[in-house]
Amino acid sequence: MLRRSSDIAPSEITPRDLFERRREFLRDIGLAGIAAGASALVLPAFAQGPAKVFANAKKSAFSTTEPATPYKDVTTYNNFYEFGTGKEDPAERAGTLKTRPWTVMVDGECAKPKRWDIDEIVRLAAVEERIYRMRCVEGWSMVIPWNGFPLSELIRRAEPTSKAKYVEFVTLNDDRQMPGLRSGVLEWPYVEGLRIDEAMHPLAILCVGLYGELLPNQNGAPVRVVVPWKYGFKSAKSIVRIRFTEQEPRTAWNKAIPREYGFYSNVNPAVDHPRWSQARERRLGEFGKRPTLPFNGYAEQVASLYAGMDLKRYF
Amino acid sequence: MNANVLPRWRQPSATQIRVVKVVIFVLCVLPALRLGVLMWRNELGANPIEHITRATGWWALTVLALTLAVTPLRRVLSVHWLLRVRRMLGLFCFFYASLHFVTYVWLDQFFDWQGIIADVIKRPFITVGFSALLAMTPLALTSTSAMVRRLGAKRWLALHRLVYLVAILGVVHFLWLVKKDLTEPLVFFGVFALLLGVRVVYWLKDRRPGPAGPLRTSVPKMP
Ligand code: HEM
Repeated sequence: MLRRSSDIAPSEITPRDLFERRREFLRDIGLAGIAAGASALVLPAFAQGPAKVFANAKKSAFSTTEPATPYKDVTTYNNFYEFGTGKEDPAERAGTLKTRPWTVMVDGECAKPKRWDIDEIVRLAAVEERIYRMRCVEGWSMVIPWNGFPLSELIRRAEPTSKAKYVEFVTLNDDRQMPGLRSGVLEWPYVEGLRIDEAMHPLAILCVGLYGELLPNQNGAPVRVVVPWKYGFKSAKSIVRIRFTEQEPRTAWNKAIPREYGFYSNVNPAVDHPRWSQARERRLGEFGKRPTLPFNGYAEQVASLYAGMDLKRYF
Repeated sequence: MNANVLPRWRQPSATQIRVVKVVIFVLCVLPALRLGVLMWRNELGANPIEHITRATGWWALTVLALTLAVTPLRRVLSVHWLLRVRRMLGLFCFFYASLHFVTYVWLDQFFDWQGIIADVIKRPFITVGFSALLAMTPLALTSTSAMVRRLGAKRWLALHRLVYLVAILGVVHFLWLVKKDLTEPLVFFGVFALLLGVRVVYWLKDRRPGPAGPLRTSVPKMP
């Protein structure tokens, strides 16, 4: 129960020092058990109307006007192999993930390496609402109102050097918090990567929430990236390290099955997965299938990043 | 062997067999009923069509394994009456495979025949699943006693050996479609390897009677 209450992270609502003093106070007078009981009573209320810590997130011109996928579907149908390979596994099992305290090491080819505290990251820049399409490589899609800010905000502060050609994202690798890590289904930790110009693109965000609230654990809490023109697995979740590299990062799915999952993995209806077609997708909640758009509908913004590249070769 | 000394579970009465059949029938209907209820209550999750496709495919393969378990169980435990539920199990396998196919054609592709043909060619796992269903169809059509008589036991048995092909195609279909986690299809692979392996062992044993001779049963070998 105590663990569950920490997911809500009231530190985001209550000033942090006050919140921490409250915890100390409770511990001192030995009432922690009662507090746990009390929070169990309060929790259902939270579950009904989750704390909208980003309720005032500013709207973005990049947002789509398509109807958003219901909150319940966004938070119960997830691929997050650190918690199991079933779609319902993350929602059922991610309660063990402890998202505070949390730090993100930013290092590699940069002038200002730094270990960031999660609460510093959340306040790094104005949090926006970005309603993006999300297309999974498996052939389904959602529309998700994320909360975050351009990834470039963090990257700029690290002052990457001229050798920084790529950015690598590393997910937490702790099997006590993530039971799926005990399976050998992928090589852990989960590593993803982007070319630096992709990472600096204004569409790429560092994401800390969805639907106005803190990211639920199963969606990659406490901090993830969202790269809407690529297949979902490119958007690393529960990030603990961001590293600038000269070499192309060796990414998890690419290492696992290089023939099927390329480094770029841009959404592309013209390049089929070796075992299935990528021409169409099922938008969750819709009956029929809809055609998949090049770059997931963001071609106008991002196609220029790949000018002159053979996208069949660099899939 | 004196039939009278056999324990009841090895030689139940006609009524008891009928009860067992009803129970198995109900058990086999339950998964379909469950899907129906979940659909009615809108509780199939975020991706209902995927849920139905997976559940029906899974049950088709599971019931197929149960069907193929009849012969080995019969031989190992000498429970010959089990043969009397095998046809029903086989037909339930076909029932779930058909539901699975209908789900795909209707709910998943919505009768987009061009898309379906492209899928069958493009997605090898669909080709294999489709072949499994095709191979299953004549078995279901010739499952009646009248058809057994018309074909003659020998030809009927030969035709129904296709079920081994169906099992192999079913497992390959599953192995081929998963993204990375092979655990579940490998479990099926193990189960079917065992079920077919037992048959090979018995076949080899029966082929070369040793001095003691094989323990032949009066029942013909059945697939
Ligand atoms: C025309 C024939 C068939 C078609 C078009 C077909 C198609 C499919 C499709 C689209 C899936 C879902 C893939 C996914 O969700 O990623 C699937 C899964 C499956 N199918 Fe089939 N299939 C066919 C025949 C069969 C047959 C005959 C069997 C069994 C004997 C079978 C067993 C399975 C199993 C076990 C699964 C996986 C279920 C799971 O994920 O738990 N399929 N099939």
